Amino acid sequence: MKVTVDQDKCVASGQCVVAAPEVFDQRDEDGIAVLLDAEPPAERADGVRHAAAVCPALAIGIQD
Amino acid sequence: MTSTVNAVDERAAGAPEFPMARAAGCPFDPPPALRDRQQEGPLSRVRLWDGSTPWLVTRYADQRALLADPRVSADITRPGYPLQSPLPPGGSGVSFILKDDPEHARLRRMVTAPFAIKRVEAMRPGVQKIVDDLIDDLLAGPKPVDLVDAFALPVPSLVICQLLGVPYADHDFFQTNSKVIINLDVTPEQRSAAHGNLIGYLNDLMGEKIADPVDDLLSGLATRVTAGELSREEAAQMGVLLLIAGHETTANMIALGTLALFEHPDQLALLRDTDDPALVSSAVEELLRYLHITHNGRRRVATEDIEIAGEVIRAGEGLILANDIANRDPEVFAEPDRLDIRRDARRHVAFGFGVHQCLGQPLARMELQVVYGTLYRRIPTLRPATELERIPFKHDGSVYGVYELPVTW
Repeated sequence: MKVTVDQDKCVASGQCVVAAPEVFDQRDEDGIAVLLDAEPPAERADGVRHAAAVCPALAIGIQD
Repeated sequence: MTSTVNAVDERAAGAPEFPMARAAGCPFDPPPALRDRQQEGPLSRVRLWDGSTPWLVTRYADQRALLADPRVSADITRPGYPLQSPLPPGGSGVSFILKDDPEHARLRRMVTAPFAIKRVEAMRPGVQKIVDDLIDDLLAGPKPVDLVDAFALPVPSLVICQLLGVPYADHDFFQTNSKVIINLDVTPEQRSAAHGNLIGYLNDLMGEKIADPVDDLLSGLATRVTAGELSREEAAQMGVLLLIAGHETTANMIALGTLALFEHPDQLALLRDTDDPALVSSAVEELLRYLHITHNGRRRVATEDIEIAGEVIRAGEGLILANDIANRDPEVFAEPDRLDIRRDARRHVAFGFGVHQCLGQPLARMELQVVYGTLYRRIPTLRPATELERIPFKHDGSVYGVYELPVTW
């Protein structure tokens, strides 16, 4: 699985961090999402998929 | 072509009034007419107080698509925007939630940092202390007591005051003015006056923070005013928005959520008897979905023609996205009218969707987790002190809830 985050679209809701804290974090200065792991292992796939589904800005891309 | 136009006109002519009324005896359910609309088709027309006939969007998937669509504007000053009440004269002083990108994003990003997940988590022990102290006071005080006044309103008010750097001693002042602003039955003049009171108050406070910045959100804005990134008026405007949104919504979720649990004793028992944070968190999501307190729909206007669900929304036409009925969409939530705190309700749209999704949602979620995870465990016999029929509901508010909730134990 390959993950991308579009920081221009991101609205800093932080829901990706709640769904997959090993894969996403937030910038200190404005809460915009940062990708910690662009190719997360299979056991984190559900969390990442959920993060993408609830992202209000549709800023998370997933390639299987 | 002519026949199509006539069909649209006819549909507009027969459009039912919006907002719609809830059914008697079903204070937790959306209006039955909204459910009928959802079953009949994806889009329909409704009639507003000013005679306009915007589109009503009822289904979850369509709402998410439209709220995330850049051709859909939140700009309240655009012609065709479905107004909830008359626009205040002048149109100035509109906060960023009623503006579009890039201006919206520029302003919003100035206040996103304090709502980052880690920052909010760091506030949890402080919120737990606020909740514990208020429960101590409840237990030491007389009963029955009004849960709204003694607990539901103080919790988020204390939290937002701390976060913003607003003196809690002024809570009567800002709570009273906030109530006027979100009441749909007041006159435009009354609403303007209440808004002016809060703007004046925040403007004065901003002056203090500019002169002597400390470690709070308003001081963060003050620093930006000093740096020339933000006008003092814009800063005061944002302060008012955060102050109102920070206490009224969560307060209503606390009181209405408690009442909903009283009416679902099996669900209340689950919550009372657990110390599993995952179940408490799940209960918060389910109550947000089920109650959906911002019950008058998200309002938008199309800036271009948009094809969706077999219809064409024309540029300049208004949209009302009734998130409350989307949270009861059977395509997404099985048995949507059942309150089930063990279901996975995290996909709800109680905080909206798209770039305007509620800024404070991480804080609201954390506060509700602390409240729902503490109140019923510490007062296991907590129960209503009056019948459901005697409890006054906020049918007249832009935020739904109860005016009072007498409880005993």
